Amino acid sequence: MTDFVEVAAAVPTPAPQKPALQTPSQTVGPFYGYALPYDGGPQLVPGYHPRAIRFHGTITDGDGEPILDALLEIWQADESGTLSRELSSIDRDGFTFTGFGRCATTIGGHYTFTTLKPGAAGAAAPYILVTLFARGITHHLFTRAYFAEDAALHQTDAVLGALPAERRDTLICVSEGIVGGAESYRFDIRVQGENETVFLDFDA
Amino acid sequence: MSHTASRPGTGPATQNEITAEIETIEADAAARVAAGGSPELQPRRDYAPYRSSLLRYPTHELVRVDPEEVERVSPAFGHTDVNVLESDLTIQHAGEPIGERMTVSGRVLDGEGRAVRHQLIEVWQANAGGRYVHKRDQHPAPLDPNFTGVGRAITGSMGEYSFTTIKPGPYPWKNHMNAWRPAHIHFSLFGTAFTQRLITQMYFPGDPLFALDPIYQSIADADARARLVGQYDHSLSVPEFSLGYRWDIVLTGPKSTWMESEEDHD
Repeated sequence: MTDFVEVAAAVPTPAPQKPALQTPSQTVGPFYGYALPYDGGPQLVPGYHPRAIRFHGTITDGDGEPILDALLEIWQADESGTLSRELSSIDRDGFTFTGFGRCATTIGGHYTFTTLKPGAAGAAAPYILVTLFARGITHHLFTRAYFAEDAALHQTDAVLGALPAERRDTLICVSEGIVGGAESYRFDIRVQGENETVFLDFDA
Repeated sequence: MSHTASRPGTGPATQNEITAEIETIEADAAARVAAGGSPELQPRRDYAPYRSSLLRYPTHELVRVDPEEVERVSPAFGHTDVNVLESDLTIQHAGEPIGERMTVSGRVLDGEGRAVRHQLIEVWQANAGGRYVHKRDQHPAPLDPNFTGVGRAITGSMGEYSFTTIKPGPYPWKNHMNAWRPAHIHFSLFGTAFTQRLITQMYFPGDPLFALDPIYQSIADADARARLVGQYDHSLSVPEFSLGYRWDIVLTGPKSTWMESEEDHD
């Protein structure tokens, strides 16, 4: 308990014994449900926050069937475009915005986060980084959820700009207006098949 | 969605059919390496012997992109998020769980061998009879009232971690007829960049089910999947108390240069 408030960082340590090769991924499997979800995981801000947004969608497989045993994580900048270094993503205090959330899908394959609309961090247009785990997915999938009202910034975004128009739209949330008192954005994820979501590889 | 997965239009496969599919893919991977290709460090997403993957892999190539700041940093976790007692899975109930008590210890490192310090590790596992507390696990093995099988820890300043638990049992599943999972502990890890995020499984040395298991074998390269096997380490065994296993975890990322460090050490 010595480094009480320090945050994660990679520091040099003496002589690693051997070349460090990646530990491979394995599927999250079907039985994470009593382990990984936690109270408040989907609520990055409380629903009564004056600028809370609803970020939600349905995840479907190659037959268009909902994936009922998926786990989603989101990670994003705050409204000013800053990435939080605050603790308490797990043990939320209701006031600190940490930028991280986790949500398991319902039996309808649906997920819902309550969060803030991110500001631009760096050169890219604002987006929420979405990570998808599920039984049958051997190695998690990354994608980004952008916002239609930032269309001007999308013109110069390195990722969106490189995609053909019909695939690019899979990365842009559908704005649903005010629903239940909050701006609502729908981001459906189609893992396979028609209108398949664009997934990203950062290991280039 | 049914967990009884088979190719559309066919009945459940036999183990021999699954094993033949596994061997065909492994031979393909080995041939690619023999022809000068890089070994596959990760599982194949499109891995038909694991039937649940059939409708759950993208058919398009992933789009290669440079990470932005969002991807180059990771959420901050710390000792205030996790109680230190959560790394002991044997003290969560009134009594001792049934099973072979053990500790699993190791370090979390990045691709350059540097410690990933003060970061979150989550684990979950079946009990000694091969049963998860999860409500959808209906395997008719007994639940253990003294074992939930969930733990968390924050890595130390050298990237070290240690869990006290019991050895999980193997269990049947419905991928094919008479399918059994080798004993394993699920691990969830965060690095210093979100691109290093990892969920995986740690196995135990010498498991006779390895060759038969399409999840373990979804990593087509034998050396790569061997990285998921913890090693028995007698120096970690505690007299009169527990057996010790060591398992180090490496989270490479877009900034890591493992190929250079490999040359350094050759």
